Amino acid sequence: MQKPIAGSIHFDGKNLDAYSENELSKKLSLVLTERLPESQLTVFELIALGRQPYTNWIDKLAEEDLQKIHLAIEQTAIAHLKNNRFYELSDGQLQRVLIARALAQDTAVIILDEPTAHLDMHQTINIFSLLQKLVKETDKTIIISSHEVNLALQLADEIILLTENKVQFGTTEALISKNAFENLFPNNLLKFNKSLQQFVIHKN
Amino acid sequence: MEQQSYKKHFILLSILLVVLFFINISLGSVSIPYREILNTLSGGIPSKESWQTIILHFRLPKAITAILVGSGLSVAGLLMQTFFRNPLAGPFVLGISSGASLGVALLILGSSLFGGFFLTNSISSWSLPIASSLGAFLVLSAVIIAANKVRNTMSILIIGLMFGSLTAAVISVLAYFSEAAQIQQYLFWSFGSLGNLSWNELLVFIVIYTSGMLATLTIIKPLNSLLLGENYAKSLGINVKKSRNFILLITSVLTGVITAFAGPIAFIGLAVPHIARIIFSTSNHKTLIPAVVILGGIIMLICDSIAQLPTSEFTLPINAITSLFGAPIVIWLLVRKKKIFV
Repeated sequence: MQKPIAGSIHFDGKNLDAYSENELSKKLSLVLTERLPESQLTVFELIALGRQPYTNWIDKLAEEDLQKIHLAIEQTAIAHLKNNRFYELSDGQLQRVLIARALAQDTAVIILDEPTAHLDMHQTINIFSLLQKLVKETDKTIIISSHEVNLALQLADEIILLTENKVQFGTTEALISKNAFENLFPNNLLKFNKSLQQFVIHKN
Repeated sequence: MEQQSYKKHFILLSILLVVLFFINISLGSVSIPYREILNTLSGGIPSKESWQTIILHFRLPKAITAILVGSGLSVAGLLMQTFFRNPLAGPFVLGISSGASLGVALLILGSSLFGGFFLTNSISSWSLPIASSLGAFLVLSAVIIAANKVRNTMSILIIGLMFGSLTAAVISVLAYFSEAAQIQQYLFWSFGSLGNLSWNELLVFIVIYTSGMLATLTIIKPLNSLLLGENYAKSLGINVKKSRNFILLITSVLTGVITAFAGPIAFIGLAVPHIARIIFSTSNHKTLIPAVVILGGIIMLICDSIAQLPTSEFTLPINAITSLFGAPIVIWLLVRKKKIFV
């Protein structure tokens, strides 16, 4: 993770720098955009790696670890894939597996970096609704960075809107009522439609 | 279940290792009947006294050395391939072997150049592995420092190769100013040889080898998480910097000690991890590490047996055999499997 350029990040009441790798790994799990290096890991092995913060020195999976792994597999509905190698999966399937890995890590917070970057519309909605379901079922905080503003408007509980010179944070409704989205994009191409709560293509 | 069991593989390969161990001992310029060999190995006295000396003081230490060298280099290669996430990595490609060579060259060839200090105590069983490990560690650290600056795996490999040629150049300069006898001594060392170890030297070898292997067991966890890349490994609670230094330390100690006692042996460190991955079709280091240990031993014993076989009077340089025998096997395996993994 990058060091802050200015200021400090506090997580759970404590400066992020004060956490050891192992402490942090039990509180925060990640789903990154970077490609996994080529290997022959199976889906199950990949998800089981999520248990590393809790396993002993030789990485033996205890009963509790297996339970968490199976729960994660169930929650992401990928039981049929678990013996496949991860390189055999489609991008959408792989994203589900990576989310399962983060779930198995059993942290209160999961951060996903552009989870739908390589996905088509159907798969994108698929992943987003999975994440929404997980928030409701597991009581986890899931933070997503995304360019899919329209989907975020429909699905997110709260939005942090990063623009060139302003950071705005609030529930979706609060941000809409504050007109935070009006000037997000150049107005001649995309226009925010307040009644639809969506961006629409601007037609003259 | 999810975790595939490889018991059958391991039992078969272990049997093969033991069989090859005996075949290896039975080969040599003097032919000794199998029953006499088994008798001698189990503590009995063979019908000819010279046979006992040949078996216990030449062939047995050589066979043990073969297993240690093969397995140690294979583990070092596996560590490098996982660490760099590059299937072309290995102790040899990254210049670690060249570093070890440089250490030994400085010791053997430098003794005439720098005079008295080295010359007074002729090369003992400790000074070679120390010089070689130091050389390996220095070059590897240099490669790592450079690697941290570029971060592109292709550049890292090229940097490793550059360090290799750099050390080769230094060795040439040293050789130019050295006496013929010392050049010859160095040249013979560089051919690679499994057979020059006394029991005392072998003991030193075993102690260093064992500590390297035990240390390897403690990094199985970081190695597995590195399969996901450094960022994921870090998010899984791995201290990447500490693990990296530990991986490098183990690799350079293993490579250094092996190169010191057996010479710079090519190919094994690169090839055996691939053979293990193809046979076991896994990337999990809990399976791969024991697999490369056994396979490395097997392949080194086969290579040494081939080096003995063709003309029973001579032993061919082991370094040539490992590549002659091994390279076609890897090519064949890859052509069949069509995909290569880290």
